[in-house]
Formats: sequence, C-alpha cells, structure tokens
Amino acid sequence: MPRTVRDVVFVDGVRTPFGKAGPKGIYHETRADDLVVKAIRELLRRNPGLDPKKVDEVAVAATTQIGDQGLTIGRTAGILAGLPTSVPGYSIDRMCAGALTAVTTVAGSVAFGAYDVAIAGGVEHMGRHPMGEGVDPNPRFVSEKLVDESALFMGMTAENLHDRYPTITKQRADEYAVRSQEKAAKAYADGKIQADLVPVSVRRTNPEGGETGWGLVTADEPMRPGTTLENLANLKTPFRVHGRVTAGNAAGLNDGATASLIASEDFARENNLPVKMRLVSYSFAGVEPEVMGYGPIPATEKALAQAGLSIEDIGLFEINEAFAVQVLAFLEHYGIADDDARVNQYGGAIAFGHPLASSGVRLMTQLARQFEDQPNVRYGLTTMCVGFGMGATVIWENPHFEGDK
Amino acid sequence: MSTTAELLKGAAELFPDEVVTTAHVRHFDLPLGAGRFALITLDNGHDHKKPTTFGPQSLANLNTAIDQVEAEAANGDIVGVGITGKPFIFAVGADLKGVELLKRHEDALAIGKGGHEVFKRLSALAVPTFAYYNGAAMGGGVEVGLHCSYRTVSAAVPAFSLPEVFLGLVPGWGGCALLPNLIGADKAVSVIIENSLNQNRQLKGVQVYELGIADAIFEGADFLEQSLIWTASVLKGEIVVERPVIDRGEAWDQAVARGRFIADGKVHGAAPAAYRALDIIAAAKDGDLQAGYDAEDQALADLIMGGELRAGLYAFNLVQKRGKRPAGAPDKNLARPVTKVGVVGAGLMASQLALLFLRRLEVPVVLTDIDQERVDKGVGYVHAEIDKLLGKGRINQDKANRLKALVSGVLDKAEGFADADFVIEAVFEEIGVKQQVFAEVEAVAPAHAILATNTSSLSVSEMASKLKHPERVVGFHFFNPVAVLPLLEIVRGEKTDDASLATAFAVAKKLKKTAVLVKDAPAFVVNRILTRFMGEVQNVIDEGTPVAVAEKAVEPLGLPMSPLVLLELVGPAIGLHVSETLHGAFPDRFTVSENLRAVVKAGKRGFYVYDSGKPELDPEVAALLKQGDVVLTEEQVRARVLDAVAQEIGLMLDEGVVAEAQDIDLCLITGAGWPFHLGGITPYLDREGVSERVNGKRFLEPGVASVPA
Repeated sequence: MPRTVRDVVFVDGVRTPFGKAGPKGIYHETRADDLVVKAIRELLRRNPGLDPKKVDEVAVAATTQIGDQGLTIGRTAGILAGLPTSVPGYSIDRMCAGALTAVTTVAGSVAFGAYDVAIAGGVEHMGRHPMGEGVDPNPRFVSEKLVDESALFMGMTAENLHDRYPTITKQRADEYAVRSQEKAAKAYADGKIQADLVPVSVRRTNPEGGETGWGLVTADEPMRPGTTLENLANLKTPFRVHGRVTAGNAAGLNDGATASLIASEDFARENNLPVKMRLVSYSFAGVEPEVMGYGPIPATEKALAQAGLSIEDIGLFEINEAFAVQVLAFLEHYGIADDDARVNQYGGAIAFGHPLASSGVRLMTQLARQFEDQPNVRYGLTTMCVGFGMGATVIWENPHFEGDK
Repeated sequence: MSTTAELLKGAAELFPDEVVTTAHVRHFDLPLGAGRFALITLDNGHDHKKPTTFGPQSLANLNTAIDQVEAEAANGDIVGVGITGKPFIFAVGADLKGVELLKRHEDALAIGKGGHEVFKRLSALAVPTFAYYNGAAMGGGVEVGLHCSYRTVSAAVPAFSLPEVFLGLVPGWGGCALLPNLIGADKAVSVIIENSLNQNRQLKGVQVYELGIADAIFEGADFLEQSLIWTASVLKGEIVVERPVIDRGEAWDQAVARGRFIADGKVHGAAPAAYRALDIIAAAKDGDLQAGYDAEDQALADLIMGGELRAGLYAFNLVQKRGKRPAGAPDKNLARPVTKVGVVGAGLMASQLALLFLRRLEVPVVLTDIDQERVDKGVGYVHAEIDKLLGKGRINQDKANRLKALVSGVLDKAEGFADADFVIEAVFEEIGVKQQVFAEVEAVAPAHAILATNTSSLSVSEMASKLKHPERVVGFHFFNPVAVLPLLEIVRGEKTDDASLATAFAVAKKLKKTAVLVKDAPAFVVNRILTRFMGEVQNVIDEGTPVAVAEKAVEPLGLPMSPLVLLELVGPAIGLHVSETLHGAFPDRFTVSENLRAVVKAGKRGFYVYDSGKPELDPEVAALLKQGDVVLTEEQVRARVLDAVAQEIGLMLDEGVVAEAQDIDLCLITGAGWPFHLGGITPYLDREGVSERVNGKRFLEPGVASVPA
C-alpha cells in the first residue's frame, strides 16, 4: 500500500504557570495529574473547533511515573479532563525531553497517517516527586564504569560541561542568567507569556507558605526579575567546591504541566484550527552521560542534516536553560554570540523554571508566538539536553513566513 | 467587641464540642487584569467525610474574616470578595448538634440572629461578592451564598438543598426571604417545601443553575478557575448577569397556596415547619428582606424550642446512625461470606427477594418451586425487572447480561442449594409448611448455610425446632414494597447463634437495608404495632363511629396513608390473618373484627372506590358493615388509638422485643413510613402525655427527642 508522509503542524500549546517545588511552593497541595488536566482542558477550550471525539491520542510525559504521575497518566488525564472514553492515551518518558518526545512521537504517527490530531504534553511535580525518587540504577553502571558516577547528578554534569568548554566561565554563565531574567521580565511586561498560561486554583492549608485557603495562580512563581550579577556572584556552588554552577545560573526544581495539539496540516485546515508551526525535522542523540548538557549539539547536527539546512538558516532558537553552561556550550559550538537576539527571546528556564518532562512544549509555545511576531523568520528550533546523556532537537517552519524582506 | 461577636461568643460557650470551621482569607490578582481579590475558604480542617458546618464559633470566624475584607473593600484594596469551600464540600449548614443542646428561647433566637448578622454583611460590602458552590451545599451553606451578589455552581455538585423543613425548621438564615426574591416564589416553594417533604430530595449542580439560584455553571475539573475568570469578566463589565423579573402578583400567592397543598398532603397540618416557612415566603412578596429575616428568627427560635424539631433531629440520627450500627448486632467479624443465595418459592414476594439479592450481592441466586411453570414465572419476573432497569438506563447492557446470567430456577432443591450459603424461604404462611421446607433445605444445603425466613407472623424458633441445626435459622422480615421500604427486621430465634446472626446483619448491610434486631415475638415490631393501631381504629368503627371520623381522627399522626387505605394496600385478607395470629397470642388486646371478616369473605380488596378521583366508601362494603351505636368524636378516637399504641409499645419494651424505644421508632419510620417530624411515634406519645397516662412514665428521657430540661 503506497503511503504519503503528511505535513504535521503545531496547532496550539498551553501550560500551567510553573511553581517552585517544595512545601512553600504554590503547587505543594496540588496533584500532578490535576495540573496536566487543567492544561488539556484549556487547550480544548481555546480550540472549540476541535471536536474532542476526534482526538486520536493523548501522550503525556512524566519522568517519575508513580503516584499521581503514574497509572498511565496520558490515559487517566484524558478521562479526568472530560475527553470521551473513546480517546486513548499513554505515558512517555525521556526525562527532561518528555513533552518534546511526546510531540515528536505523536507527530510521527500523524505523518504516518495513524492519527489526525493528538494531544501531547508533559508534567512534572518535583515537589511531590523529587528527582531520583524510587530509582534503582543497575550496579554495573559503576562496576563496569559504563558511566561516570557524576552522570546521575545533573549539576555535576553541568560542571563537567564547563570543563569541556574552559572558556565558559562562571562569569559568562551568570551574565547569561541575568539576561534570561531580564528577557523573561520583559516578555511578561509585553504580555507574551500570560496568553498561553491557564490559571490554576491552588489550595494551601499550611500557613508557613502564606495565606491559607484557595488561591489562584496566574504567573510563574520562580521568576526573579531584577536579578543582578552581584546577586549571583556569591551563591554557593553545591555541585563542586569552587565550581561554577549555582542555583542562580541553573533552572530550579519546579512543578508544572504543558499540553499541545499536534495535527496533520490538512486536518488543521479542514477544522479551522490554527497552524502555528510546521514540523520540519526532529532528532535525538546520545552523548556521554556525564556531559549530558552537550546533547543538543549532536542532536541539532542530525536534525539540520535531515532537513538539509545549516545553522545559518535558523532564525529563532528556543534552548532549554537547564543550565546556562549548556546553552553557552551550544552557542559556542555554533559560533553564536552569548547575547544573540535570535536566542531565547523571552528568556528561559532559568527564569520560568523547568518542571522536567513538561518543558519541551513550553519551548514550542514560545517559539510559536515568536514566529507569529516575526514573519521574516522562516525556521526556528527547539532543543534541550536530557538526563543520562542525550539531546533532543525539533526544527520548525514558520507558517507566517513572508519571504526575506 | 461588636454585638454580633458578643452574641456568637455567648452561643459558643453553650457548645464547647463544636467542630469549628475556619474562614481563611487569601488574596490574589484576578485574571484579565481585573484587580486584587479576596477569597474566603470555609474549611473545618477535616476531609470531605466530615462536612463543613456553621456552629457559633464558626460563624464568629466568618464574622472576623468579613471584618477583614470589609475594611479592605472600604479602602479600595480589593475589587471583590468570594466565598467557597474545601474540596467536595461548600458548607452543609448549621451544626445541628449545637441546636440540640439549646434549652432557652433566647439562646435559640441568638442562633438565628447570629447567622443573619454575619451573612448580611456580605451583601453590604463596598464591593461585589461571589459565592462559588464547589460541592455539597445545604441549609446555611446555601444561604450564605444567597447573601452574595453573584453565585456560580459546579456541575459536579451532588447535593444542594434547603432541608430545614424536612428536619422541622425553616431556612432561617435568609433562605425563606431571599430565595423567592431571587428565583420567584414558585421555584422557592419547590426547593424549600416540596423537595424537603419528598424525603429531603437533593438538587444537582445543573438544577441549581437551571432554577436560577446560580448565575453560571462550570464543570468540576476546573470549576474554581473558571468561576474566577467569570468573576473577572463580571467585574470588568464584560459579562452582565441578567436575571428574570420576579412575578410578584398572583403567581406569588398561587405558589404559596401550592406549598400549603403539598404540606397538607404530607403532614396534614401536623408539623409546623412547612407552614412557618410558607408564611415567611408569603410575607417576602413585598421584598422587605429585614422583615423576612426577623420572621425567620422568630420561626427558628419557636421551632427549636418546640418538640417537632427535636423529634425530627432524633429521627434523623436514628436513621443516619442507629440504622447503620444496629443495636445488639453481634461482632461483624463473625459473619460468613455469602457467595450464593437460594430462594424457596418463586411467587411474587420470592421473586422480589431474588431480584434484591441479585442486584445488591451480585452472586448466583437460585429460585425453586413445586412446578416448572412457577419457577419459569419467577425467573421471568426477575428478567423482566432487569430489562426495566436497562430500559431506564439504571444499568447498562453488560450489567443486565451479568445479572440475568446469575439468576436461575430449578425444581430440585438438591441441585439448586448444594452450594448455597444463604437460603431464604417465602412460601405460604403456615408453620407446618415452613418446617417442611426447612427440613428439605437442611437435607441438601451445606452445613454452614443460613436458613432465613421472611415470615411476618410465625415463630422463628418454632420453625427451627425440628431441624438438626436450628442455630442457623434467622428471621429476615422485609416490608412491602421490598425495593422501597428500608426496614429489615432481623429475628433471633431461641437457638440462633452469633455467627448466623452476624451473617444476617452483614447480608442486610449489603442489601442496603436498615436492620433492626428483634426478639422472636408475635408479629415482631411493625406489624404488631400497626395491627394494634388498626385494630383499635376498626374497633371504634365496629362500635359505631363513622368511618370518615375514625380515619380523620388519626391524621395528626402524619401517616403516609389512612388506616383503611393501608389495609387496602396490605390486603384485607392478610390484615385479617395477622390480626387472627395476634389475637391468638394476645387475645385480651388484639381483636378480630367481624366486619373485616365479612369484607374478606365477600372477596373485597378494599374499603374504598376511587371512581370520583378520591376515596369514597364502597357502597358494597358499607352494606356489609354492622356498626354499634357508640359514636365517638375525633378526639376520643385519637385518645383510644394512641392509648392502645402506647400500651402495646410499653409491653413490647417490657418483653424485650427490641433493645430500646429508639428501635421501635426506627422500625416505624423505615418500615411503615411513619413521619420523621414526629420522630416515629414515641416522642409524640411522650409529648402528648399519652405515655405518662397509659404507662406512668415516658418512653424517652427528657432531652432525647425533646427540649432538654
């Protein structure tokens, strides 16, 4: 049977505001599944032209798939969100690139013709599920020196990446972090972020976190607008004595969820759904787990090669800021300036937070908005590093592209 | 300290064990840039199994929260105030345990005033107020929201009501005055009167919206978020809430008249609450809310200090608590599993029992009878009932298939009962027949199987006496209609052991029946009292009092139907049989009416004809009646009947038929539909002085189902 690969588009994406993990965090008493349910419902509410019955799949990523992130959360979240029981769902895990992988996986199925439209997203409640909860690494990793012992500690892998790029100093990382906070604050001031956030009601019973009772979260909690280099200079380097990685130049531990609609372009047009981005290529690559932050570089090489593009063709970059050094390593590799205007225009995870498996769709949602504002740009990419030594890159085309002007 | 705060402090001192609700105030920015908002969360710190209530300290806490937001609103710090509840619960009203403790009219008045004074402040704030009914809301919970400018309701709300009239109160924190002014008198009568008097029927979220009580409805999954976004739109003027104009003309009076008709039909003027509520609704026509609130205060205080409310609360507690933990039941851990049920007989009663066991236990149920035709008919009945449930959407096709596959009928008891754990008989009421049936069942059923009898009048011990293992026989007396009446009298025979009894109670619980442990005494509880009651009514008729006078005389008891209509429902022949049985046991108190005998002999199924649409004495029956010449007044009839009932109950308690008078009331409420607002019967007999007159003492201590001394 002859098949034709179909064009796949990013229809829309939303997310909850991100919170700080821990007892004082806004989501401390909110379930992870409820977070992703609210994102899915907002996505459906924003796209009333989509008959929920037509949704072919709900792919939800979570790194720690136990408790309220277990029980095949893609399926349970679909039911909880009010989708018909005829809509199936599954869970997905590629740690930090969970939501990104949910998108590429359903995109593959759309391209193949198995689905017309799917929901892809992710959730991580790092307060309820701290990194490493319930892990049981095979002792052979260490006994056979398959990976360095630092591979399981993301902060240590970031220090290792600084070693690989000696020119990326703590000063450069801090400067990058300050710019991220500034850009994020500006994006908020310009209303670029709020439009894709779904408000979340949150309950607090413990007065240590602030006023008790029900509240409403409408903005990201981790933001630190006004951060200066001086603020960052004396922060501790918890992963290495005299190291470079601090809480200030890395993303924090966060709670949040995202959801996106991925469809065939024909389906989107027929159902009058927006087409915010067109999928060009995607790629994943493995690197030594102890320098996992290097991952986006080979992943991007592969994705560019598939698309027949070069780095110069990319007009907008959304790079996940798990650590400043990881962004800087990418930029250094490709010869792009630390403060290049094409990179993370709204700031990044250092400001907004990085609830692991949810972040991929945040990058896409932000890139989609930048595409809309910048019709002179044809291609953009979203990329992130992944625990245990991986990178993930998706290249997108701007459907609003008006040609070079 | 404000007067309100003082009032509540005084009330709180009377009620030290209150489960206190906290009113948390939390601030945040609304979406759409609508401004800073204060949201009050009502939360008693427990999970949803202990719903949030308003005792005096709880009201004081809400008052303090309102102090705070009132100042903020006045300062322009906030643009609105919301109020909502903890997960699954908004608030379920006044804490009734506190109400039960009140001894003085002035304290009762303080409760009414206290609630009003606090709630009223919500409507007087300098900013709009919003109630978000997120979960169950009843009574004062509903009312606190009525004082707000706007309301939203969750589509997931399972229960929303003003149940005060059901309990013997009026919605007294604004409900009677505000609701008709919000949704019109007719709808308000439906909520306040009709639903309350229909076994406290609850509204679901969507009905709350459709009635116009809520201005907007949102699904449960993100109810609060959507309510707050809606709030922001309302505050910004993007959404304008439009409510229908209330008809304050004739429609209002008609609604009140309809309410009186409903109340008359249910309580025949015998309980004051509905009428007090209707008076306030009627007066609310002119929209003077403060006058309405004052009337509510008075009505509340009068009703709290009157016996009816105490009796209503007593009945409520009997059904909710004692009905769920039967007095005298053995340790439930002794119960044996029941994985298959046998039913001896395939007649109508047996088939109804088979259906009930099937639906509740979902285990194989086998019917037996003496010929294949009867067996087929019994199974056919069950199948037809399953199809009816399927047709109504109460069960789905898979469940219907499952249930049908579980029911079967066989002729051979050995085949049917060899692996049954519980066999119940519903054959002809004749001791020899029943003994024979049990002997046959014992020969084929496993040694552990419970042998249960649905007898209504025979001795369980006698039925068991000829068995090898009489210790496993229990009485399992249902009430008609089996699917409707909750009561199950569980009869302990002389030799019944604890394990069998525990199994019987465990089965009753799974059947969702209200089980009451009863001694093996003639006709047990309900039938004995009803027979004595109806026998006395019959006696006065036989002696010469007109039927209509006798019937009307007992209306103040608020029974679901008149004595003769009940007799018609039971069937005159069965009524006669039971009266003969009891006459045999207690010939000096239970008579057998010759007139009833004549009616049965003539093959009449009842006393009335309904050709005109209402019951009229059947001329053929009238022709049969031979009456004496002693004509009593209604009062005289009532005294005679009540004296007889009080005497019988006193004797039953002396005999130890049940553990306490409470069990008598529980039986009458759940097995005969005797009214909640009288607490069954013993609180009424105490209150009217009948107990004292007949037995020289009350049935219940003062304070139990009455105002404490």
